[in-house]
Amino acid sequence: MRRLAPQVLGALVRRYGNFDLSEDAVQEALLAAAVQWPASGLPDNPRGWLITVASRRLLDQLRAESARRRREVTAAALEPGAGELAAPDPGDEEPTARDDTLTLLLLCCHPALSPPSQVALTLRAVGGLTTAQIASAFLVPEPTMAQRISRAKQRIKATADPFRRPAEPERTQRLGVVLDVLYLIFNEGYTATSGPDLHRPELTTEAIRLAREVHRMLPDDGEVAGLLALMLLTDARRPARTRPDGALIPLAEQDRSRWNSGAIADGVRLITAALARAPLGPFQLQAAIAAVHAEATRAEDTDWPQIAALYQMLARISPSPVVTLNRAVAVAMADGPQAGLALLATLDADERMTGHHRLDAVRAHLLEMAGQPAAAQAAYRRAALRTTSLPERRYLQARAARLEP
Amino acid sequence: MKYMLLIYNNPATYQSWTEAARSELFGEVDAIMKELTESGELVGGEGLADASTATTVRVRDGVTAATDGPFAEAKEQLAGYLTVDCESQQRAVEIAARWPDARHFAIEVRAVMQTAGTEA
Repeated sequence: MRRLAPQVLGALVRRYGNFDLSEDAVQEALLAAAVQWPASGLPDNPRGWLITVASRRLLDQLRAESARRRREVTAAALEPGAGELAAPDPGDEEPTARDDTLTLLLLCCHPALSPPSQVALTLRAVGGLTTAQIASAFLVPEPTMAQRISRAKQRIKATADPFRRPAEPERTQRLGVVLDVLYLIFNEGYTATSGPDLHRPELTTEAIRLAREVHRMLPDDGEVAGLLALMLLTDARRPARTRPDGALIPLAEQDRSRWNSGAIADGVRLITAALARAPLGPFQLQAAIAAVHAEATRAEDTDWPQIAALYQMLARISPSPVVTLNRAVAVAMADGPQAGLALLATLDADERMTGHHRLDAVRAHLLEMAGQPAAAQAAYRRAALRTTSLPERRYLQARAARLEP
Repeated sequence: MKYMLLIYNNPATYQSWTEAARSELFGEVDAIMKELTESGELVGGEGLADASTATTVRVRDGVTAATDGPFAEAKEQLAGYLTVDCESQQRAVEIAARWPDARHFAIEVRAVMQTAGTEA
């Protein structure tokens, strides 16, 4: 039923154009289904049933609005939908349904919204998560999240952007935002370690599910395949990345027999196929890097020259300080710590990295490799003071303590 | 990213103001709280009872010593806090700058530690 929700919402918004009220109506229809279906049995066309019921609720809602609004809204929005209330033609149901889910995703990731709003709205409208679930996943009170979602809906209403599929080149750009939002959702869940964050792995599952759906809709898009592969290859490490108490285990020390081999096989297959036929993009390169890591049975078997070469390509098509940081590690592993440190030095003048703990953390690691324990210890300590992550602080403090003379 | 805005002020100074001046200040606070609620940035916040009513607790060699008064003796005391979830530290500083106590005393903006983390 949760899988049907975005399709039903998409169909309603396409017909009536009112995102806000359509969403309420879909929730009510889902509730009605939850009550009626167990007793009366699954209808022949569950999607058609939900659309019909939700449409009725939406029309009731619209009628209940003030007289002035009613005149405006019914005139503008109800006319074209009136004839479509009949059950949809089963023949064209699937493509329309997929179309609607993708269009809904593009709408929820509208560029007029801030990333937190895009994330919240996507999880609510496309993922079908409750506001309470989303609030708990982001560790904010439910009213805060409810407010964020309602504001995002208002914003979409105000942009007066009709529910249409954007044309090229806007579409590619908008799809890029969708992929970024899905990756953001994935990382929120993936970086969770333990304790009060037990809800957060749900975000990882949801991001992968949505990426799979987008991949099904756009099987030839290399970046979509790349993102899905990157998520699968990263998530495959989840069972090995934390100790039971939530402490982080670095990649080099992870028990690789605990990696999810099924997810790795899926990810490698996806990225290999994408690299063979689609134009290269940043998600594909990151997935390729994750695949090289995944293919090493032992940390010391890692093909670092290959990873360094992939990072060099990534730095060329999508340069950022974070890419340079990661590239410095790969270069250090391939060509020695001094080469990595030289690359890091190029970030010292970069304002975007000022006060960022990751620069100190990577430098500490490379200084340790270079046999400079005192300098490494100082850098670990600086990084520990600057991070805002409790498990990272703990890890950095432990590394610093290990270098005690 | 979540930030805590620690609101410091001097209760004696507040007491010396007119009722009208204090009301104006509360009005400002209400307006900011409303705005932060509507923007979905407000996570929470509380005002604290006067620091003179605080009890400071220390345990040494298993013996608990509870003394009256705040941990740090100063004219300016922690009067309350506000937790916001916003895009950047810059935005948190912007919010702090609008809180009336920032004009008369000070607001300290501190990032809240997260339990999430990335393995190296």
